[in-house]
Amino acid sequence: MIGRFFSRYTIWIYAVLAFVFLLIPIAYTIVFSFNDSRRTNISWRGFTLDNWVYLCDEQGVCQSFLNSVIVGLVATLLATTLGTMIAIALVRYRFRFRAATTLLLFLPMATPEIVLGTGLAAEFLTAGIPKGALTVILAHTMFCISFVVVTVRARVASLDPAMEEAGRDLYASPGQVFMRVTFPLLLPGIIAAALLSFALSFDDFIITNFNSGPFTTFPKYLYTAAAKGMPAEANVVASAVFFIAIIAVVVSQLSAAARRKRLAKQ
Amino acid sequence: MAGGFAEAGADLELVGITKRFPGFTAIEELNLTIPAGSFFALLGPSGCGKTTTLRLVAGLEDPTAGRILIGGKDVTTTKPYQRPVNTVFQSYALFPHMTVLENVAFGLKRRRIADPLGKAHEALRLVELDHVAQRKPAQLSGGQQQRVALARAVVNRPALLLLDEPLGALDLKLRRQMQIELKDIQSDVGLTFLHVTHDQEEAMTMADTVAVMNKGQIEQMGAPEELYELPKTAFVANFLGQSNLFTGTVTNSGKESIIVDVAGTKIEVPRERAQRHAGEVTIGVRPEKLMLHTSAPKPTPGTNVIGPGRVNDVSFSGVSTQYSVTVPKLGNVIVFAQNMVFGPVVNDGAEVWLAWTVDHGFGLLDDPADGPRFEPDTDTKSIAVQRREKLEEELEEA
Repeated sequence: MIGRFFSRYTIWIYAVLAFVFLLIPIAYTIVFSFNDSRRTNISWRGFTLDNWVYLCDEQGVCQSFLNSVIVGLVATLLATTLGTMIAIALVRYRFRFRAATTLLLFLPMATPEIVLGTGLAAEFLTAGIPKGALTVILAHTMFCISFVVVTVRARVASLDPAMEEAGRDLYASPGQVFMRVTFPLLLPGIIAAALLSFALSFDDFIITNFNSGPFTTFPKYLYTAAAKGMPAEANVVASAVFFIAIIAVVVSQLSAAARRKRLAKQ
Repeated sequence: MAGGFAEAGADLELVGITKRFPGFTAIEELNLTIPAGSFFALLGPSGCGKTTTLRLVAGLEDPTAGRILIGGKDVTTTKPYQRPVNTVFQSYALFPHMTVLENVAFGLKRRRIADPLGKAHEALRLVELDHVAQRKPAQLSGGQQQRVALARAVVNRPALLLLDEPLGALDLKLRRQMQIELKDIQSDVGLTFLHVTHDQEEAMTMADTVAVMNKGQIEQMGAPEELYELPKTAFVANFLGQSNLFTGTVTNSGKESIIVDVAGTKIEVPRERAQRHAGEVTIGVRPEKLMLHTSAPKPTPGTNVIGPGRVNDVSFSGVSTQYSVTVPKLGNVIVFAQNMVFGPVVNDGAEVWLAWTVDHGFGLLDDPADGPRFEPDTDTKSIAVQRREKLEEELEEA
């Protein structure tokens, strides 16, 4: 009896356990963003919307969040542009040290972050560049490039060279071939690489901590805040980011489904 | 030049074209003139250099030596987008992110020709696909994609249209249909077509002129019937249909014909149909020109007879039957016979004589077993390039 029950529901039990395990921290974060916390946000003291409404009143929350967004956007733009160009070069052209370049691009991904962080810090010190927003952006761009190259390169490799030849054959100049044929065909890969870059940059703490000086990003703010008791406003920002991500995913899925339906109708 | 529509097709002239890739030669000293308005087929096995020739004309590759002239104008150093040439690619290479209409209008828009969409619709009507103009290429069948690729090239009215095995991916029935359509479109729009294929039947049914290419050179060029009935080399004799070839010594070189002694059997070939008239020569006859006899036919002037031989294989294919006959000292001879009666005329193992009219024989320029034409490219520079590329690949894998 019990054996039959287990064999039938094992997969459900596993699934539920896995989801509970995955979601508890997120659920906790969301719930405690509504906590009337006062000094520490560890025990439940009652429901309130104040944390959401007066979000920016808490010192540093909004500023650090804004900093993180700006750093993320700039680093993503730089890394995606450079990385895409490198990926195209690596697939399409044969040049001296091509194999070596491929290998070197993997290094930042394989190196422990702490090593990269200290290394960069020493480098900036030697070069005499004061730590701040600029150094953080440079550092983030550097480690994002590798991920962009790997993501975009797969897309370039799967691109039929005949497409570009057809473009050239149909009177498009090299620039037009890139803008109208190559780029649109690589776009899904480039978007994926950009999202990955932004997520990596927005999340990063270790490298940022070594290279930011007085400049505060959101992860850095959380780290400092945790030492003296995490404010509920941090939970608000984390929850908001979570909701924005979920909404983005749902909207893109729905629009893709709608597009498929429209195409199927034709 | 690339600024407007071509008034009509243009001549294509290749002068001494050579293309060397590191370590091998794809084309050697190729000279070729294709007159305006013709449907020209380059026929050859894979690796014979025909696709390279096409890419050179399109400007997608640069020749190592030689000149390319379109309508008398030297285009050797111009870029692909500056040439009045369009290509229908083997893989079609339709842009997947654009609709069919946008694909067809692409070339017109790049050249800023007035009313690109109207002209694109017109081209799509020509290939009977205007009703799918708003779809994406992925939603079309193989045959439809092929027609879109054709429309996308034809709409630009190039002086020269290049077709790179465009029917290769289609099934037999669709292929036949497309062959007829292509031919119709060519006579409708009056462009010069250069068609590259390895399918001899396709080349023969569609083209006015066929050039058989082998190992980077043109073996023979002419109208399809001419090539088939009077092949000049062993390669052409065997690549274009099948041939029975015999090698022997010329014993009598007369005014009208030559007599060749093939292992004791005397075979007569008309003098004008033989490329060589003395010494060791290879002669041949097409399998469908042979008649099977179950008893020794009376020797009559104007007829060659060989035999007796033994039938070792009979394969019935509906319209005709293929017999394989072993003739002592002459080897295997293939005979195609129309099925005028029900079933095969003779059975496996029967003793037969083979006869054909002297006028049907032909004499070749070369021997069937000629060595490789290309010497390996041992230029130190190309060896160095090859070594480096190999090394790089190894490094990549490591």
